[in-house]
Amino acid sequence: MAAVETNPPGRSRSDAWSAAKTAGADRTLMLLVPGALVVILLFIYPFLYGLLLSFAPKAGSVFANYRTFFTTPRLRDTIATTLWIAVPATLVNVGLALPIAYRMRRNSRWQRLLTALLVIPITLGTVLVAEGLLTYLGPQGWFNRTLIDLGLASAPVRLTHNYWGVVLSLVITGFPFAFLLVLSYITGIDPALAQAAATLGAGPAARFRHIYLPLLAPGLAIALCLSFVQAFSVFPSAVLLGAPAGPTRVISIAAYQAAFEDYDYAMASAIAMVMGAVQLVIVAAILALRGVFYRGPAAGGKG
Amino acid sequence: MRGARAPAPPREAAPSPAGGAFGELRLEEVTRAFGGAVALAGLTLTVKRGEFVTLLGPSGCGKSTALNCIAGLLPVTQGSIWLDDRRIDVLRPEERGFGMVFQNYALFPHMTVRKNIGFGLAMRRVPREEARRRVDQALALVQLAEHAEKLPGQLSGGQQQRVAIARAIVVQPPLVLMDEPLSNLDAKLRIEMRTELKRIHQELGRSTIYVTHDQDEALSLADRVVVLKDGRVQQIGTPEAVYTRPANLDVARFMGYRNIIPLAAAAAGEGGPVRLTGAGIALRGTAQTPIGEGPVLAAIRPDDLELDGGADGFEGRVESVEYCGRDYLVDLVTASGLRLHGRSLRRVAPGDRLRCHAAPSRVLVYPPES
Amino acid sequence: MKAIRRIGGALWDGGLWALTLLFLANIAGVILAVLVNSFATRWFGTWLPAGFTARWYAAAWDEFQLGYLVTVTMEVVFAVVGIAILLGVPAGYALARRDFPGKRAVMLLFLLPLLVPPITYGIPLATVLYQLRLGGTMTGVILANLVPTVPFVILVMTPFIEQIDPRLEAAARVLGAGTGRVFLHILVPLLAPGILAAGLLVLVRTIAMFELTFLTAGPDSQTLVVALYYSVFAAGVRAGQSVDAMAVTYMVTTLVWLIIALRFVNPTQLVTRVKEQPRMA
Repeated sequence: MAAVETNPPGRSRSDAWSAAKTAGADRTLMLLVPGALVVILLFIYPFLYGLLLSFAPKAGSVFANYRTFFTTPRLRDTIATTLWIAVPATLVNVGLALPIAYRMRRNSRWQRLLTALLVIPITLGTVLVAEGLLTYLGPQGWFNRTLIDLGLASAPVRLTHNYWGVVLSLVITGFPFAFLLVLSYITGIDPALAQAAATLGAGPAARFRHIYLPLLAPGLAIALCLSFVQAFSVFPSAVLLGAPAGPTRVISIAAYQAAFEDYDYAMASAIAMVMGAVQLVIVAAILALRGVFYRGPAAGGKG
Repeated sequence: MRGARAPAPPREAAPSPAGGAFGELRLEEVTRAFGGAVALAGLTLTVKRGEFVTLLGPSGCGKSTALNCIAGLLPVTQGSIWLDDRRIDVLRPEERGFGMVFQNYALFPHMTVRKNIGFGLAMRRVPREEARRRVDQALALVQLAEHAEKLPGQLSGGQQQRVAIARAIVVQPPLVLMDEPLSNLDAKLRIEMRTELKRIHQELGRSTIYVTHDQDEALSLADRVVVLKDGRVQQIGTPEAVYTRPANLDVARFMGYRNIIPLAAAAAGEGGPVRLTGAGIALRGTAQTPIGEGPVLAAIRPDDLELDGGADGFEGRVESVEYCGRDYLVDLVTASGLRLHGRSLRRVAPGDRLRCHAAPSRVLVYPPES
Repeated sequence: MKAIRRIGGALWDGGLWALTLLFLANIAGVILAVLVNSFATRWFGTWLPAGFTARWYAAAWDEFQLGYLVTVTMEVVFAVVGIAILLGVPAGYALARRDFPGKRAVMLLFLLPLLVPPITYGIPLATVLYQLRLGGTMTGVILANLVPTVPFVILVMTPFIEQIDPRLEAAARVLGAGTGRVFLHILVPLLAPGILAAGLLVLVRTIAMFELTFLTAGPDSQTLVVALYYSVFAAGVRAGQSVDAMAVTYMVTTLVWLIIALRFVNPTQLVTRVKEQPRMA
C-alpha cells in the first residue's frame, strides 16, 4: 500500500506519456505545428484581439459598442436583413442540390458534364457574377426580354438593385457549391447498400429515406452550414446588385463601413463579433439537428 | 433499354409473402451484354424447390452477372427469367422478393444488427410483434442473439457474414442468392461458415443460388454445380459428376486435373476405353466425348497418378517433393521430358525413379483444343 | 397505382432536368452578357449590340493597368498555393495517420476558418495586419489568404491520405527505406494526385477570393477581382464596356486555370469514391 502511495509524480507523467505514445503521439505530430500556427496567429489571435477591441469603444463604457449596435435600428436591423437574404438562399441551394445530385449519383457522362459546368460560376466568384447579373437581369437585359417575349411579363421586372438581385446572385454561386458538396457525399455511399435494400423490398423512395438520407445526414449538415456561411457573408453582391443603403444593407456592409469609412475599428470589431455569433448559433443549430440522425460513416458499406 | 416489357403483374403479388409457395426458377437463354461485350451468353437453368445450385467459374466468367440478373440488379439483354409461370425479369429488384447476400455483405452501417435483419420485414410492413419474433428467430439461427443491438462496424467479419445471411433469409424468400459470401473471410472461418451455410440450408430448405470461384466450396455445398467460362455454361451436373467426369478440358483444368498430356489415340471412338501412346509412354484411358484417331489430350488428377504403380506404366524421375501432411505432392519428369504432378503416401526424395500408373477410368481423354 | 408512380417518377425526373437546364441557361446568360457587352460599340434596348469592336480591351488595358493587375494576381496566388501546400500537406498527413488526445480540437481549429465567413474574421485580421504595417502590402494579402487555404488543403488531403494504405509505408521501411526515402519514393508519388488537386483548387479559389484581398490590399497589391469590384462600384466613371473588358480578362485568367484544373480534378472527387457497381434496373 505504502509503495503505491509514494509513487513519484514523475511516474504518472511517464505513464501518461507512454499512453499518449501508444495512441500514436510521436514526432509525426510536429507536422501539425506550422499549419496550426498559421491558424492561431492569423485567425485565432486577430479574433481574440478583435473581441478585446470591441470592448474598448472610442467612448462610453465597456459594452458601449454592443449597446449602440442593438439600440440603433440601422445597425440592429442588419441581422434580420442578412438572415432574410441568407436563409432562403441556403434552403433553395441545398434543397435543389439534394434531389439533383441524388438523381446524378451514378457516374455518367451527364454527371461529369454538369459538374464541369457548375464549377464555372463558383470559380468566377461573386464579383463577376454580380457584374454579369447587372446586365443580364437589368431592365434591358436578356432575362427580362425573354420574359416579355414569352408573355410572362408585360413590363421589365425589377431584379437589380434590390432584394432579388442579391438572392439570385447567391443562388447562382451557391447552388453549384452545394451541389458539388452533396454530390461528393452521395457518391461516397456504397451503391451496394441501396442494391441490398432493393433486394429486401425497398422501393426508390424507401431506399432514399432509409439508406441514403441517414447516411447523408452528416454531409447534408455540413453542406447546409457551409452554404449558410457563404450566404450570410454576402458582401460584394449586396453592394453591387442590391440596395446597400436600404433593403440589402447586410451586416457585412455595416461592419465594413464602421472600419473603413468611420475608422472606428472597435465598433467594426463589435459588429464582426455579432456576425460571428449569429453564425455560430445557426451552425450549432444545424449540427444539433444532425444529432437527430445517426452519424454513420459517409463512406459506409465496408463496416 | 430493355426489350419488350411484359404487362406488369399486380403489385400485391410482388414480394412473395410465404416463400415456400414456389416450385421452380427457370432461366431461359438469359444473356447480358455490356456494350459489345457479352458477359453472359444464353444461360438456361432450372432451379428446383429447395435445391442448392452453385455457379462456379474463374473471375470474369459471368457468374456474378448471372446472379445480378436474377436479383434484378442488372437488366437482362435477352432471354427471360420465370418463377413458376410468372415472368420476373421485368420486375424491379424490390418486387422480386429474393434474399441476397452480397460479397462485402453491404450491411447498413447506420442500423443495428436487429434493424439490419428487420429491414426487409419493415419494407413488407410485417406487424411489429411478428417482425420482432422473426428477427429473434433469425438471430438465434445465426447465433448472434447477444449482438442484436450492436452496429455492423462493431462485429467481426464472420459475424457480419452471419448478419448478412440472417437479413437475407428472415423474409422467407423463395430464393436466396449469394455472391461469393465467404471470399472475405480467412481460411479457417471460411470452412466454419461453409458448414454453417450447409446447416442453415438443411434447416430451412430454401432454394439457393450460390456464386463462387472456389471449387471446394462449390462441391461441398451444392446439389448441382454450373460451371461457367467466358459467359458460357461448360457443364451442369452434380458435384460428383463435375468432379469425376468434367465435360471438357476447361472444366477438367478448373477441377484440378493438373496433368494435361498430349498423346495419340490408337483408334477413333464415340467414347469409352481407348489406348493412348506418345511422349514415350503408353496409357489406357476413357474418352469423355467422341474422339478421332490421332492427337488427343489426356487429363489426370495428381491423386489419380499412382506412383510405384506396378510393372506396366512408365518411369519418372522425382524433381521436387512437397510435404502436405497426409501425403506428399511430387513433381516428376519422364524420360521424354514430360512433367507430371502426382501424390505419394510414402516419403520420396528428389532424384528417385518411380513407376507411374493411372487407372484407365481416371485417365480422361478429350479431343485436342482448336 | 403503379402507373401513377411511374408517371410521378417521370414528372419528377423531367422537373429536375428542367431546373438544371434553366440554371445552366441563366449562367450562360450571365457570362455571355459580360462577353458580348465587352465587344459592343453601343448596346441598349435590343437583343444584341449595334456593332462589335475590340477597342474596349485596348482602353481597359491602359485605364486599369491590366498587365500589372494580372502579374500581381499571379504572384499572390502562386505564393499562397505554395505556402498552403507546404504547410497543409504535412498537417493533413499527421491528422490522417495519427490518433492523439485532442485530435478533435485540432480538427475544429482547422475547420473554423472555413466555417467563419471571411468578411467576419477579415475585419479584425485587417486591423491586426495594419498595426503590423503589413496592411496594404503584398505580404499582408498573402498572409490573409493563407487563413482559409491552409485548412482547405488539410481538409482535402486528410481523407486522401487516409485512403492510402499505411502498410505501403511500413513495407518500404521493412525493405530498408529511411524516412527520407519513404517520403520521396512512396509518399510523394502517392500524394502527388492529391497535392495537384488541392493545389489547383486553392489556386482557383484564391484568384476568386474577394473579401480577404479586398480588406487587406493597398493600391499596389490589388488583385484582378478587387480591381473589378472597384470599377463596378464606380459604375459610370468608365464606360460599361471597358469594365466588362476587364471582367472578361479576369474571367479568362480564371477559366484557363479552371480548365487546367479540370484535367486533373473531378471537383467532387475530394472524398474517396466507392467503385460504381453495374447500373441498377
